[in-house]
Amino acid sequence: MTDDLKTTPLDALNRSLGGRMVAFAGYAMPVQYAAGIMAEHLHCRAEAGLFDVSHMGQATLSGPGAVAALEALTPTDVAGLKPGRQRYSLLLTPQGTILDDFMVARMGDEELFLVVNAGCKEADFAHIAAHLPAGTTLSRHEDRALVALQGPQAAAVFARFAPGSAGMSFMDVRDFEIAGVGRVRASRSGYTGEDGFEISIPGDTAEAFVRRLLAEAEVAPVGLGARDSLRLEAGLPLYGNDIDTTTTPVAAGLTFAINKRRKMAWDMPGGGVLRDQLDHGTPRRRVGIQPEGRAPARAGAEIIDGAGQVIGVVTSGGFGPSVNAPIAMGYIDNAHAADGTAVALLVRGKPLPARIVPMPFVSHRYAR
Amino acid sequence: MTETRFTKDHEWVRLEGDVATVGITHHAQEALGDLVFVDLPEPGRDVAAEETCAVVESVKAASDVYAPLAGHVTEANSAIVDDPALVNRAPEGEGWFFKMTLSDKAAFGALMDADAYAKFVEAA
Repeated sequence: MTDDLKTTPLDALNRSLGGRMVAFAGYAMPVQYAAGIMAEHLHCRAEAGLFDVSHMGQATLSGPGAVAALEALTPTDVAGLKPGRQRYSLLLTPQGTILDDFMVARMGDEELFLVVNAGCKEADFAHIAAHLPAGTTLSRHEDRALVALQGPQAAAVFARFAPGSAGMSFMDVRDFEIAGVGRVRASRSGYTGEDGFEISIPGDTAEAFVRRLLAEAEVAPVGLGARDSLRLEAGLPLYGNDIDTTTTPVAAGLTFAINKRRKMAWDMPGGGVLRDQLDHGTPRRRVGIQPEGRAPARAGAEIIDGAGQVIGVVTSGGFGPSVNAPIAMGYIDNAHAADGTAVALLVRGKPLPARIVPMPFVSHRYAR
Repeated sequence: MTETRFTKDHEWVRLEGDVATVGITHHAQEALGDLVFVDLPEPGRDVAAEETCAVVESVKAASDVYAPLAGHVTEANSAIVDDPALVNRAPEGEGWFFKMTLSDKAAFGALMDADAYAKFVEAA
């Protein structure tokens, strides 16, 4: 099954750790390791989880036109991003819908570091490259691994290898030279709701370095299954499920990603649409959903009102190991979107009672 | 006398007298991963062979469980509804799903025995 798939620099390690390999975005990736999704999820919240996310796209955008070119494709204040700082950003269509969500870090006056979703990376990089002036270039880092070290003990663990990382705040980005590993680039960020780092590592030393991280008592490997349940509990949207080219940042509840300065000029793609939506709302918006029973509602389940009318759809749903209950997010008509609203979710033809609830389901614990 | 047979959908069926006890195999629970929800058929329900009659959900996904043979459901195991992880811990023991009487006891003999099932799993 995994024969035609690309592999990450950590493939052999993933398999040796009992990784159950599945196809994800064209890569053979571990959906879980020997411990299983439940134990991996809880370990990440309790201590520190180590995720192979090398399938994600890493690239450097450099040149005199880098900042302006990226601003032209996003609602982000790239110009105001200080060196060593990172922001969450969105590539937008001319209609203001979302091509991808990604991270952008400022590494120098004319140098930006981008991390984009695996499933979107070919399209994203082609899109960005097609909008660059002469002298500004996008270079991909296909040779580098990317791991996420997440959880309350992540910072203590990483500081043993990169002592300077201890003083970093959420969304800081720094390069560290680690003996025997080479230059790693760490951002204090992640997608679990926990404190931690995403660490870009040279591909040829990645396995040895990750083995050293895993040898620390607090660290256990965590697969994509628990990565999904962790981000769902944290209320974070997954591209392709919860946001895509049919949703705008306003409908998705990502208005924080539309920068204040950019809202003076409305010069981002779809600026007119986004301005109108911020003024007048969207027909539907993304909300948290708490099923009242024990049955999870999965992506695609319809949301109905008391009269049986379809008023929305679940876009991510499953079981939250830390909340020990089923949880979901989805899009619902504005009239029913208020916190506390009673709804029903159609699961296997049966309406299951549920409530609209605020997100996250588990509080974020970022190092602010 | 007690005899256990297996289906290609990874259920086990243990026949004691006229009552068949049904569950999912160790291999099935391992493939599904940590179970978080189980939905069982109501006692009194008549089921056809291979009809969907129970649902198991892991953290990641939902899967159907089929009636291994035609018959009449007589009892459901509420212990696994209260504690779905019991299926992971004891799939072929305390983690049974339901009991049923069979419409055609002869059909039981057509299911795989333990050796045939082991080979079936190995070949998959």
